[in-house]
Amino acid sequence: MSSAPSAQVVLELTFAQAINAALKEELARDPAVFILGEDVAEAGTPFKVLAGLVEEFGPERVLDSPISEAGITGLGVGAAMTGLRPVVDIMFGDFLTLVMDQLANQAAKTHYMSGGKLNVPLTLRTTMGATRRSAAQHSQSLHAWVAHVPGLKVVLPSTPADAKGLLKTAIRDDNPVVFIEDKMDYAVKGEVPDGEYTIPFGVADVKRPGEDVTVVATSSMVRVALAAAEQLEAEGISAEVIDPRTLVPLDVNGLVSSAQKTGRAIVVDEGHRGYGASAELAAVIAEGAFWGLDAPVRRLAALDVPIPFSPPLEDATVPTPDLVAQTARELVRG
Amino acid sequence: MTATASGTAVGAELALEMYGRMTLIRLFEEQANELYRSAKMPGLTHLYIGEEGVAVGVCSALRRDDWITSTHRGHGHCLAKGAEPGRMFAELLGKEAGYCRGKGGSMHIADHENGNLGANAIVGGSAGIATGAAFSAKRRGADQVAVCFFGEGALGQGLLYEVMNMASLWSLPVIYVCENNLYNEYTHYLEVTAGDILARPRAFGLETREVDGQDVRAVYAATAELVERARAGAGPSFLLANTYRYHGHHVGDVDRSYYRTKEEEQLWRDERDPLALLGSWLEEQRHATGEELRRIEEEARSEIERGLAFALDAPFPDASQVTEDVYV
Repeated sequence: MSSAPSAQVVLELTFAQAINAALKEELARDPAVFILGEDVAEAGTPFKVLAGLVEEFGPERVLDSPISEAGITGLGVGAAMTGLRPVVDIMFGDFLTLVMDQLANQAAKTHYMSGGKLNVPLTLRTTMGATRRSAAQHSQSLHAWVAHVPGLKVVLPSTPADAKGLLKTAIRDDNPVVFIEDKMDYAVKGEVPDGEYTIPFGVADVKRPGEDVTVVATSSMVRVALAAAEQLEAEGISAEVIDPRTLVPLDVNGLVSSAQKTGRAIVVDEGHRGYGASAELAAVIAEGAFWGLDAPVRRLAALDVPIPFSPPLEDATVPTPDLVAQTARELVRG
Repeated sequence: MTATASGTAVGAELALEMYGRMTLIRLFEEQANELYRSAKMPGLTHLYIGEEGVAVGVCSALRRDDWITSTHRGHGHCLAKGAEPGRMFAELLGKEAGYCRGKGGSMHIADHENGNLGANAIVGGSAGIATGAAFSAKRRGADQVAVCFFGEGALGQGLLYEVMNMASLWSLPVIYVCENNLYNEYTHYLEVTAGDILARPRAFGLETREVDGQDVRAVYAATAELVERARAGAGPSFLLANTYRYHGHHVGDVDRSYYRTKEEEQLWRDERDPLALLGSWLEEQRHATGEELRRIEEEARSEIERGLAFALDAPFPDASQVTEDVYV
């Protein structure tokens, strides 16, 4: 973390409260910042993440929009090009399908196509993650779609402290940033430094140091990986859990160094496996750490099926601590 | 170009200025066509010839710090908002001296200094951007307005309806200018457009005007009124300008007999040409003689020639620039 206060007071906040705190601080700091989205004002979103913001900053800066995902994203792009810093709220990551032209063809390409003259300091917050029993159109993790588009930055925070510091960085960034929160994380508590701090993009964070196997995990899969590491410790296997925190930019050196140190690597990500973020992360490690690896890099990701509704079916689609631990055992014990 | 502070009647000075700007666009586009035919230009381009009255009439009613967003057929909007032909030709040729350092090309010219937020190769794709610029102006307490140019083909895109709704809800200073040149690429718009065009914006509560896009004075007068409304906080509006594209959808669209007749094209050229109509008016009103109009044309021609020479001589970007400007 950068610019952390020296005499730190640490608060216990949920992930949702940490997001709320970041938005509150940035709204207070910069009058150009505003929030636009469906049910963001009095409702504070269905997840209540934005509770209290409209009361503090008013409906001019926390705007309830029509159910027009493409429209609000496009409006955000234009507002960002002309001096404002919009934070557009797209309730479910599944609705990225509806904003793709505005995000991929407009926001991502404007700076490049204009030869560097126009900037789009837009933050698009959205969600990911299955196991909420919400079925196929409210459960997808589509971060790979946006990470595939040059010009976008993509952030996947896994802890309340990271969420706050990374969101503040996103809002201050002069590029379009897609900030993706796992819905299953909102109620998770964690320690958050009180007051002002930001976290730079492109810096992976070792969530648990270890010696025998590297587990690269993103978003809520960090919790899954940490639970697996607990199991493995009891068996005498030391797992290092490392969170890239931002897919774009990606801390290639951080991931490669960890894999070189342990000689084994597993990537755990909740996107679909085929052509997914886990494939890119595994490839980066395989290319960079090949001569230091004792085993092939393994990928654990969501099954390549639409997310089903029925609980036993849905639970079978995502990586679990048991699966991560089992994969680590296979790698370590051969 | 600046609009008169009040009143919408077009006097001699403004009319002559508009005549010069329309002539510049006509000659620029003829030269762009020539660059394509002589294989000097990479790719292809979409000519604005025949529609000059719309861009010039609208942009003459704007201030330099007002914003526009443009389309794949955007050279006319760009020039009308004040861009230089030389840097535009350079962009068409992919040269470093171009408005976008050669990275945008014909369909993506942006000229931020003159308020042009960029041409857009997604039909209707800039409707959100223009609306967002208007939102920004209102939020910052500036009295700028934003104009969104689009062709009638964009009436098929949902984004337009999403943002007209918000523009009306929040009373944003944006003017949606629909250039109806009759053809969605190679298909007559009536084959693919149900109902009444103006009923669409009216349904959202937008102020609407319909104007003969070949009459630049009428376009100017209608726009000036809508701009004044927008600056006064009276909200968004929709201007339908009826016009005609003399050339094909793009420079390579030469055989057009399967979607329209040569007679139709000739009729527009002979009887509805925006330059000829304004030229006749200027002479009838004794604001200019034929000789003076020819002099304006010669001045424009030499500006085009200078710009072209500049662009042809300009170097290509070094290949190392390919990775620059992806991120700020």
